[in-house]
Amino acid sequence: MTAPALVPTAPTPESLRPKKVRTAVRRPGWITYGLLAAVLVGSVFPLYWSVLVGSWDSSVLTRDPMPWFPGGNFWFNASRVLDSIPFWKATGNSLLVSTVTASSTVIFSTLAGYSFAKLRFRGKGPLLIFVIATLAVPTQLGVVPLYLVMAKLGWTGSMLAVIVPALVTAFGVFWMTQYIGSALPDELIEAARVDGASMIRTFWHVGLPAARPAASMLFLFTFVQVWTNFFWPFIILGPQNPTLPVALQSLQAAYFVDYSLVLAGATLATIPLFILFLGAGRQLVSGIMAGAVKG
Amino acid sequence: MGPVRCPHGTGTGPVPGAASSCDLREHTTAMATTTSSRTAGSTPTPAKPRTPRRAGFSQRLGRWDLKLSPYLYISPFFILFLVTGLFPLFYTAWVSFHDWDTVMGQGEFVGLENFQYVLTSADFWKAVRNTFSIFLLSSIPQVIIALVIAAMLDQNIRAKTFWRMGVLLPYIVTPVAVALIFSNLFADQSGIINQWLGALGFDPVRWHAEVIPSHLAIATMVNFRWTGYTTLILLAAMQAVSRELYEAAVIDGAGRARQFFSITVPQIRPTMIFVVITSTIGGLQIFDEPRLFDQAGNGGSDGQWQTLTMYLYRLGWSQSDFGRASAVAWLLFVIIVIIGLINLAVTRRIATSGGKR
Repeated sequence: MTAPALVPTAPTPESLRPKKVRTAVRRPGWITYGLLAAVLVGSVFPLYWSVLVGSWDSSVLTRDPMPWFPGGNFWFNASRVLDSIPFWKATGNSLLVSTVTASSTVIFSTLAGYSFAKLRFRGKGPLLIFVIATLAVPTQLGVVPLYLVMAKLGWTGSMLAVIVPALVTAFGVFWMTQYIGSALPDELIEAARVDGASMIRTFWHVGLPAARPAASMLFLFTFVQVWTNFFWPFIILGPQNPTLPVALQSLQAAYFVDYSLVLAGATLATIPLFILFLGAGRQLVSGIMAGAVKG
Repeated sequence: MGPVRCPHGTGTGPVPGAASSCDLREHTTAMATTTSSRTAGSTPTPAKPRTPRRAGFSQRLGRWDLKLSPYLYISPFFILFLVTGLFPLFYTAWVSFHDWDTVMGQGEFVGLENFQYVLTSADFWKAVRNTFSIFLLSSIPQVIIALVIAAMLDQNIRAKTFWRMGVLLPYIVTPVAVALIFSNLFADQSGIINQWLGALGFDPVRWHAEVIPSHLAIATMVNFRWTGYTTLILLAAMQAVSRELYEAAVIDGAGRARQFFSITVPQIRPTMIFVVITSTIGGLQIFDEPRLFDQAGNGGSDGQWQTLTMYLYRLGWSQSDFGRASAVAWLLFVIIVIIGLINLAVTRRIATSGGKR
């Protein structure tokens, strides 16, 4: 599933928003907290379940009553996962693919967004509309010819086949156009131009620094999206040289009934992004919310 | 040349809010002095060259720099889209008119035969039914639940960031892992969901064997991963609603529920429509979750949860028939475009009727 596109605007830090009269608004009662806690349980429970089953052996599922605390079998299951699928290779591949595509998406989108938002050129309006229109094109449906092209290039089974189609996205271009349009004053660019800076120098010293907050959010989004992506890597990569989701799929295909093994694998595969989420989840939240205000 | 005009009038562009600010004005006069400045918003006056006019090399270079740089900056996207987006889409049509084996390659031109095969196949129509059923079961409850959670988060709660991160957590889990976890939770024999149902006195549900239960289980996976994301989008829209409206409502004696239905929901309706439209494009292409709902990946013994993209994959990569797979791709493409147009029409009507209120 592709991520729903957002309509981004410059994120307003909480502190810059007009102060709401907080003192006048009473705090909600325990019912709200109770319901929110229930939602949180819904968010966390399936992941906890994965850890739980992954830390026992499969017979735990038939035990009555089931234990609700993790068992001591996780490392044993994890080592079986490492024996069954090329886990480290898959993690390395996912890291490579996500880092490269997120970086290039940020670079190319920032350049294009700067151009669309701040530079003047013939055909700009229609070209921008074209970019937005492509957001609605289900490009995933071009898999057959894309597969043929990759086969012709000899890229089948290689990370290039996953990286190259994802180097820049319409969403990224649109997001940066929106942000730079509202965050970068024209006067700054003009000042740089008056000082005789070339176009690319102006971009580098004026455009790029202004775009940094949105650029880091775009990096995060793209990283998560590419990391979790399955359909195209599944088609083009083999089980020998997979990304993490593809490796996880082959684990399931081989050991479906061994739930402890499969869910230990699911747990292991979730850990890297979970760590990222602990560090940057706050940014991810504000990125999604910043993107939505325009609606 | 005439006066330089702002190419986007504020608010009149086809895209609300897109690049509405006036652009850096450049001189397109023959002088091409790249060093002049002008205050944004003023009417153009002939600029005085700062240096005596000299068509030196660096100036000519500067002019090319000025003219070509914008195109250079946007070119990566367009080149990539042409090669990996637009070309494959049209080439899919070409392939769909041929006998095309995955290994042997292009065969004879067969006209509409592939389309005829697909459109008369029961599997295709079953896949259409499954795709729409799963899509509706995942999008409608998702928006409703997200609306309720967002309304709670919109209150003056403590530890805002904590709760927001909490609802977003499932978003970082790859759909493959989500599918593995949930296919265990929804196991037909000893799944924990069936155990809970049993404890409540219900008969176990055959989540994998039956049509609607399997759709429900798959929709639950989608909802698990995306509800938090949708919640945050709706929450952001709610926070943009003027608090004065609520104050006025309180003065008029409106309760919480009345405020929610008479102020919040109408005010954020554009965002809700936006959420539905964007989820349509991805939702109708659903593949990961149903593919991994069981080990075989064929959408159940009777194809009871095989979606259109799964059917496409099966034709192309299991049955080695790229011609038929391409026909499915085009049909799905047409379906998505039609749904998109319906969405657009409905949105426009709602938007205009909303304006009259």
